[in-house]
Amino acid sequence: MALSKQEIAQRIAKELQDKWYVNLGIGIPTLVANYIPEGIEVEFQSENGLLGMGPFPIEGTEDADLINAGKQTVTVLDGGSIFDSSTSFSMIRGKHVQLTVLGAMEVAQNGDIANWKIPGKMVKGMGGAMDLVASAENIIVAMMHTNKRGESKILKECSLPLTGVGCVTKVVTNLAVLEVKNNEFHLLERAPGVTVEEIKAATEGTLIVNGDIPEMDI
Amino acid sequence: MINKEVASVKVALKGVKNGMTFMLGGFGLCGIPENAISELVKLDVRDVTCISNNAGVDDFGLGLLLQNKQIKKMISSYVGENDEFERQMLSGELEVELTPQGTLAEKCRAAQAGFPAFYTPAGYGTEVAEGKETREFNGKMYVLEPAFKADFAFVKAWKGDTAGNLIFKGTARNFNPNMCGAATITVAEVEELVPAGTLDPNQIHIPGIFVQRIFQGEKYEKRIEQRTVTPKL
Repeated sequence: MALSKQEIAQRIAKELQDKWYVNLGIGIPTLVANYIPEGIEVEFQSENGLLGMGPFPIEGTEDADLINAGKQTVTVLDGGSIFDSSTSFSMIRGKHVQLTVLGAMEVAQNGDIANWKIPGKMVKGMGGAMDLVASAENIIVAMMHTNKRGESKILKECSLPLTGVGCVTKVVTNLAVLEVKNNEFHLLERAPGVTVEEIKAATEGTLIVNGDIPEMDI
Repeated sequence: MINKEVASVKVALKGVKNGMTFMLGGFGLCGIPENAISELVKLDVRDVTCISNNAGVDDFGLGLLLQNKQIKKMISSYVGENDEFERQMLSGELEVELTPQGTLAEKCRAAQAGFPAFYTPAGYGTEVAEGKETREFNGKMYVLEPAFKADFAFVKAWKGDTAGNLIFKGTARNFNPNMCGAATITVAEVEELVPAGTLDPNQIHIPGIFVQRIFQGEKYEKRIEQRTVTPKL
């Protein structure tokens, strides 16, 4: 069975390590916050100027002056802090944030990512994505392996305008966990019940399969 | 003490003209200078360039200036929640310069701090870097981005004093501090204006030297764009 969006988030949460500061993008990445492994401490950074972001506020306590990068009302946890946009991107550009999780329309085997623009369609903008992918050393992409027409989004080369070059380190899709290195995708794990053949068929980029590929443990 | 207080939003916006470039603080609708925006609509200044992370929604924030067709060019990182914006952009009435969010913040801060330009890795290898100077430092490629130049910066703070010192609240801070002193004239509007000497100097976020005019906003709607809550048990 291919993973649901929640399960993709659950699998990515296993990548979190103790004492990490983490920036989560909009969509599936946001769900990662629901599955923090027990016994570790992480803090979530929201690029609009919040560190130590907490859950959505209890109904009736929402504050117009406290939102996340998706413009949703949020809370701040004990020990959290608030700062201006320039300081926020100093944290990102200065590599003080250990992990960035974001969505993508396409990922290429050289680590390129495209997630902000479809030519001919309304362009909403890149927000903070270009700063995040250009700076972070550890970038995990959360995405569906194929598009609605069944075409692979895991490619030899991106066809859409790029958000960043050579930056993606890992991809977690509804079918597989892939590592991006040496200009290839390396298959690390399969979704439960999904075969290597099915993953190969859904992957346009070069896929390296070394030995037995374990099923994801989620 | 140098007094920066002005009596009204009308006085605060004196000198605003057609064709000028404005910086406006805020992230989404959070921390936007609501009173300055209303006055810009009233003044009906036209052909203006607005530097602001977002472009408001159809009937609030910068969306009000868009409805009135006052904006010639927007410089933003994300402009998603506005149908009139989309219409004007697709019809070619509105020029749009999309800028990575961290670069946008730093182009403000550079103007504030007196740097003509800076190198950033954001956008390298993408269309954002087309035609721009690039350079390698320690094996990584960077793009040269110039500081912004603007005539007015309109910012919103929580509290301020008559010396122009500002304190922000919550994530309404965002781009506001970076825009202070980044334009020829910085106009700060605050929810509460107090006499100089009332605020603790240790708690000031932006010193008054970066602010030319300050006034207490008449009212703040503080609209919430995405009300998300955890239901009561």
